[in-house]
Amino acid sequence: MDLQLIWFGLIGLLWAGYLVLEGFDFGVGALLPVLGKGRDAADTEKRRRVMLTTIGPHWDGNEVWLLTAGGATFAAFPEWYATMFSGFYLAFLALLVALIVRNMGFEYRGKRNNDAWRQRWDWAIIGGSIVAPLLVGVALTNVVRGLPINRDMEYVGNFFTLLNPMSLLGGLVILGLSLTHGAFFLALKTKGDIQRDAQALGTTLGLGTAVLAVVLLLWLGFTQGTVWSWITTVIAAGALLGAIYANTRAREGWAFTGTAVTMAAAVATYFLTLYPNVMPTTLPGGTSLTIENASSSELTLKIMTVAALVFTPIVLLYTGYTYWAFRKRLGTKNIPVAVQVP
Amino acid sequence: MDAVDVARWQFAITTVYHFLFVPITIGMSLIIAVFHTQWLRTRNLEYYRLTKFFGKLFLINFALGLVTGIVQEFQFGMNWSDYSRFVGDIFGAPLAFEALLAFFLESTFLGIWIFGWGRIPEKLHAGAIWLVHIGTVLSAYFILAANSFMQNPVGFRFNPATGRAEMSDFWAVLTNKVQLVTFPHVVLSAYMVGGGVVMGVALWLLRKHAGTPDESMYRRATRFGAIFALVASLGVIVSGDMQGKIMTEVQPMKMAAAEGLYETTSNAPFSVLSIGSLDGSEATRIIEIPGLLSFMATGSFDGTVEGINDLKGSEQEMAQQVAERYGPQVAALVTADSYTPLIPLTYWSFRFMIGLGALTMLFAALTLWGTRRGAVPVSTWWVWVAVLTPLAPVFANSWGWIFTEVGRQPWIVYGLMTTSTGVSPSVSTGEVWFSMIAYTLVYAVLAIIEVKLFLTYVRRGADPFEEPAHPASKGEDAPLEFAY
Repeated sequence: MDLQLIWFGLIGLLWAGYLVLEGFDFGVGALLPVLGKGRDAADTEKRRRVMLTTIGPHWDGNEVWLLTAGGATFAAFPEWYATMFSGFYLAFLALLVALIVRNMGFEYRGKRNNDAWRQRWDWAIIGGSIVAPLLVGVALTNVVRGLPINRDMEYVGNFFTLLNPMSLLGGLVILGLSLTHGAFFLALKTKGDIQRDAQALGTTLGLGTAVLAVVLLLWLGFTQGTVWSWITTVIAAGALLGAIYANTRAREGWAFTGTAVTMAAAVATYFLTLYPNVMPTTLPGGTSLTIENASSSELTLKIMTVAALVFTPIVLLYTGYTYWAFRKRLGTKNIPVAVQVP
Repeated sequence: MDAVDVARWQFAITTVYHFLFVPITIGMSLIIAVFHTQWLRTRNLEYYRLTKFFGKLFLINFALGLVTGIVQEFQFGMNWSDYSRFVGDIFGAPLAFEALLAFFLESTFLGIWIFGWGRIPEKLHAGAIWLVHIGTVLSAYFILAANSFMQNPVGFRFNPATGRAEMSDFWAVLTNKVQLVTFPHVVLSAYMVGGGVVMGVALWLLRKHAGTPDESMYRRATRFGAIFALVASLGVIVSGDMQGKIMTEVQPMKMAAAEGLYETTSNAPFSVLSIGSLDGSEATRIIEIPGLLSFMATGSFDGTVEGINDLKGSEQEMAQQVAERYGPQVAALVTADSYTPLIPLTYWSFRFMIGLGALTMLFAALTLWGTRRGAVPVSTWWVWVAVLTPLAPVFANSWGWIFTEVGRQPWIVYGLMTTSTGVSPSVSTGEVWFSMIAYTLVYAVLAIIEVKLFLTYVRRGADPFEEPAHPASKGEDAPLEFAY
């Protein structure tokens, strides 16, 4: 029982870690056409390269949080993994394709000095960075809200079942938070024109997202909320407003911390609302997946707990090092000439 | 085709495709780590240029291995949810370990290595690529432990209350005897691939730059790659031989299918080639080596190798015993129409694996001879060696996996669960078709882009040396040594 609870919490932490980290690189990728627009073609290109270079050393490691969330769900709650991944079949297919094309875009965009080549990869990066957080938001909101799951724990809806108003709003909120988080990240990691523009845009994005997020969290709170989820809801809202305020006062570090806390608190709200279910059913006579009936055996959970206790601090340590090693702000002057490959 | 067939095709396509890039990543990361270290130790500029040059090729390849790897983590749940439910308690743990111990290490330190030029202390920078390599090897260990459970389920018990297989001994899962021979075989095969790629690329450039100042650099890389591939391939043979014996012990049907051996035979020959349907109705072997199959299977040329006809009965018995021991819940999982794998595919994949591996060895040895004492391989015949040496071991790896997975059929977990009972009941055939077409199209487009880009960079060769900027000597606005 206790281990099940711990793993429910850890999977929540992994999703929170994923969205806090990949959230900003989603945002940076999605804002490429907006903040990556300069005075002329040469400036535009340099700005885009600055933006991509700020997330360059980090996005791959950030994405591992998703893989770890998937792997940990498989190991700790196999039934949850099986129901969720087969149930969200087409949505996850789209998510995978979005991640594939954007990751390829990061790696390949600068490998040829050719405008058409760069433009195509830009679209892959932008499209993938918009679609992926949207789908993650839709999926997670559906998990919390409940889905038609029959008594054998099989999902019996289809792709369009997932596109209900609350979940679509959830998708928009995660997308909006990612955009805001990305803008604040750029304000923190760049200098010059990009930084100025990112700061200005961040406030607008933050306010828009705040409206959507408040509607979503109130909706969720009044239909399914608990005392604890209300507390994290208040934290999420407070942190977002604080972040916007900090941004207007040019306190980039605090602004970025604020959206990070918002993202984490939003995930916490989801998981606290969900508990003790992991995938509630909306069907009468269906089986809700709970931390009890979806979990692994005691032994597997014990082994996983020891591994998590030993290795997570090490991962956090070297992940922290990358942010320290690449802490310097970047501007367009730091961008070297493009590779001379046609 | 029904949902099971499409799901199997999809797994085959996505996994074989993924594994084209994985061994290149494992093998090349080690070679680049050696070059990078040699640059710091000797300050020989050739090593610096080789590190940068092969580093670029490595990254072009790595991107595809990475993105196709994400699909791997998801598709057990997407297409094989009943499998995931039944063995997730055991199978999920190595996957989670892989993510926590290997993926984080690999991804984080690769980011550090790519962007670290001129931005972090040199030794730390070289250390990063070593950690990337260690990450790839750890990753191989855990995913192979998971696969070895499918080949030879150990360390579990059946829990009638939950109706699924559960972990009883994680150490037994990690030290499965199949795992202990598979892991070295796969990693050494990856080293053979890495050596083959480096050798092939460098050999091609050596011919092109013969007589220029770059000749010695490409000769160095050519010979290094060739020796690396050759030594690795010796290890591949030894570990493969050990694997054959363990396989005969735990899955005798796979060894019988590898030869299309229908009757139990002592001093069983190994046929290098064969014609005909391999259905046992006619003798169709050409070029046979007496006793070799017995040696592969048992370690003795006179050993007895069980034939498919006898094994059909014993597989049936095994299934019945498992059903009796675990009851009706499992009985449904172990019932199959036929317990024989697809013989022609098993037979030929085994030979393609061995043949392509042998070709790699031959070419590596030839190249060492062709570049001895300052000789430059000038004849156009060498172009073929340069092109085929990277390709042969890559496809040897593919055929090896096709052999080991097809040869296990109809089981998804040997003796415990058939493949057809593992698919997702909630996913329609149409959805699996749709996703298979989507992956295939995306993968095909990416393959074309990748190969073209890879070849473009090969043709360019190593960049001329530029003084690497020192971390301390850089102003605020100085251009980075590397940016996206």
